[in-house]
Amino acid sequence: MGTERNVLLKYLLFSAAVLVAPIFFSGGYLLNVLVFVGINTMLALALNLLLGYAGQISLGQAAFFGLGSYISGVATANYGMNPWTALVLAAVVVGVIAFTIGFPILKLKGHYLAMSTLGFGIIIYILFNETIDLTGGPSGLSGIPYFSVGEFQFDSDLKNYFLIWGFALLMILFSVNLVNSRIGRALRAIHDSEVAARVMGVNARLLKVQIFALSAVFSSIAGSLYAHTMTFISPASFGFNFSVELLTMVVIGGLGTVYGSFLGAALLTLLPEFLRTLQDYDIVFYGLLLVLMTMFMPGGLVRIPSLVLPFLAKFKVRRQGNA
Amino acid sequence: MLRVEKITQVFGGVTALRDVSFSVAKGEIKGVIGPNGAGKTTLFNIISGIYRQTSGDVFLAEKKITQFTPERLARRGMVRTFQNVELFGNMTVLENVMIGLHTKSRSGILSSALKFPTAIREERRIRQKALECLEFAGITEHAEETADNLPFGKCRLLEIARAMALEPAIILLDEPAAGLNARETADLGQLIERIRATGVTVVLVEHDMELVMDICDSILVLNLGEKLAEGTPLEIQENQKVITAYLGEG
Repeated sequence: MGTERNVLLKYLLFSAAVLVAPIFFSGGYLLNVLVFVGINTMLALALNLLLGYAGQISLGQAAFFGLGSYISGVATANYGMNPWTALVLAAVVVGVIAFTIGFPILKLKGHYLAMSTLGFGIIIYILFNETIDLTGGPSGLSGIPYFSVGEFQFDSDLKNYFLIWGFALLMILFSVNLVNSRIGRALRAIHDSEVAARVMGVNARLLKVQIFALSAVFSSIAGSLYAHTMTFISPASFGFNFSVELLTMVVIGGLGTVYGSFLGAALLTLLPEFLRTLQDYDIVFYGLLLVLMTMFMPGGLVRIPSLVLPFLAKFKVRRQGNA
Repeated sequence: MLRVEKITQVFGGVTALRDVSFSVAKGEIKGVIGPNGAGKTTLFNIISGIYRQTSGDVFLAEKKITQFTPERLARRGMVRTFQNVELFGNMTVLENVMIGLHTKSRSGILSSALKFPTAIREERRIRQKALECLEFAGITEHAEETADNLPFGKCRLLEIARAMALEPAIILLDEPAAGLNARETADLGQLIERIRATGVTVVLVEHDMELVMDICDSILVLNLGEKLAEGTPLEIQENQKVITAYLGEG
């Protein structure tokens, strides 16, 4: 947690790093990858609020991401809506959907919750594929317009980088404040002992549904941003595999940590670019990574400093002792 | 303060409680005792809204609270602790108590995440109040420790401090002395007396007879799911039925 000042400092440092990053990757194709890191950071963060803080699993996150994308895509490409309006519309619709299904679904716990969110994800995935008149089906939806402000169009990687990271930074700030508040505390309480949280007057059922809906809205916004920067979307991006990948990001980055979401998203987005040589075997590598992480570093990447620093300190003391 | 009317609880074919009625006066310390399996914890789970009884009613300050959820009861001033200690293990001691102040604060998701001035002020107030509760239970020096790392005796105290943060009208303590040594039990007795002194009504399930006889104003004895006796500690000690239930026929 740290003190309030440390929290703010960390956020400012992170934002500064995000702002200067393009200098080092300008024009390159890595910049394009960093755009994806931004989108995946939002998605991982959304899942982390639900899973890492409230302790509720969802294997249907890709569906909310996809719904955001498709509502945005269809409304703009087929009906000529302004992309910004479409983003808001998608977020509201997805929020309402999540809130509605959240009440029955979040009564379930553990494996049953995982299965029901999985089922929801599959239903939505099939919907994208089968409503061909609307979505273009498996061959995808093209002709989605870029975002624009007046004459200015977000049509290059660099412009989209700042657009997407702008949103990501806002979501991170929102989340950092939330998890360090009365609400964040109540979420962690539900995670540790739901019955005790309820006895303390926390309306666990409502709060779980609210955070589920918030997670869906974040995912939907990421989806709209994705649709309007790629200008082409197809159902393949929103399948079950991607939900599992998001789960992997959160676990590897660090459950219940805001910045862990970024670390996990960055690793799992950048890694494939370096693992091209492994071709189809990259999935083996992911599996191995997940197993090793959960065995040796269950706290996630975000814990590395707290693991390494004491070790270094000890090393230093020993050297001084020898001298 | 609290009135229980003809509570019956059937689990499958087993009748855990049958027609149990009793009442607790305001400001009183009421003990609930009985041999293992008498239905004491079941009774607590029903009163605190965790189980739904088969039949019977519960009244809190003359208001019917039958089948209220635990969170609704918390808002009406009823709180409980657990036999097996239900702390928020990954949170600090202070944060645990701050959860106890959840009903005393109202900032929602938006005002918390956007740091409205009201939310900031509220957070400061919660922290201040929580520190006072730690002081009350005498565990201030552990404020920043993770709850899972506390010694067991302190866990009991923390659970009570957290419950007191709600400023309850009535507190239900489920075997608070279980697992405590004699010294810790004596401290606990004093803490319970201090709780009563603040005007809070106490209902206590307990096996430690010395503690019960020492601090309770009146005692309810359950046996095999039925009310066996009710009265002052002295009356209970001399009650032949109670002696038989505990020691068997002589």
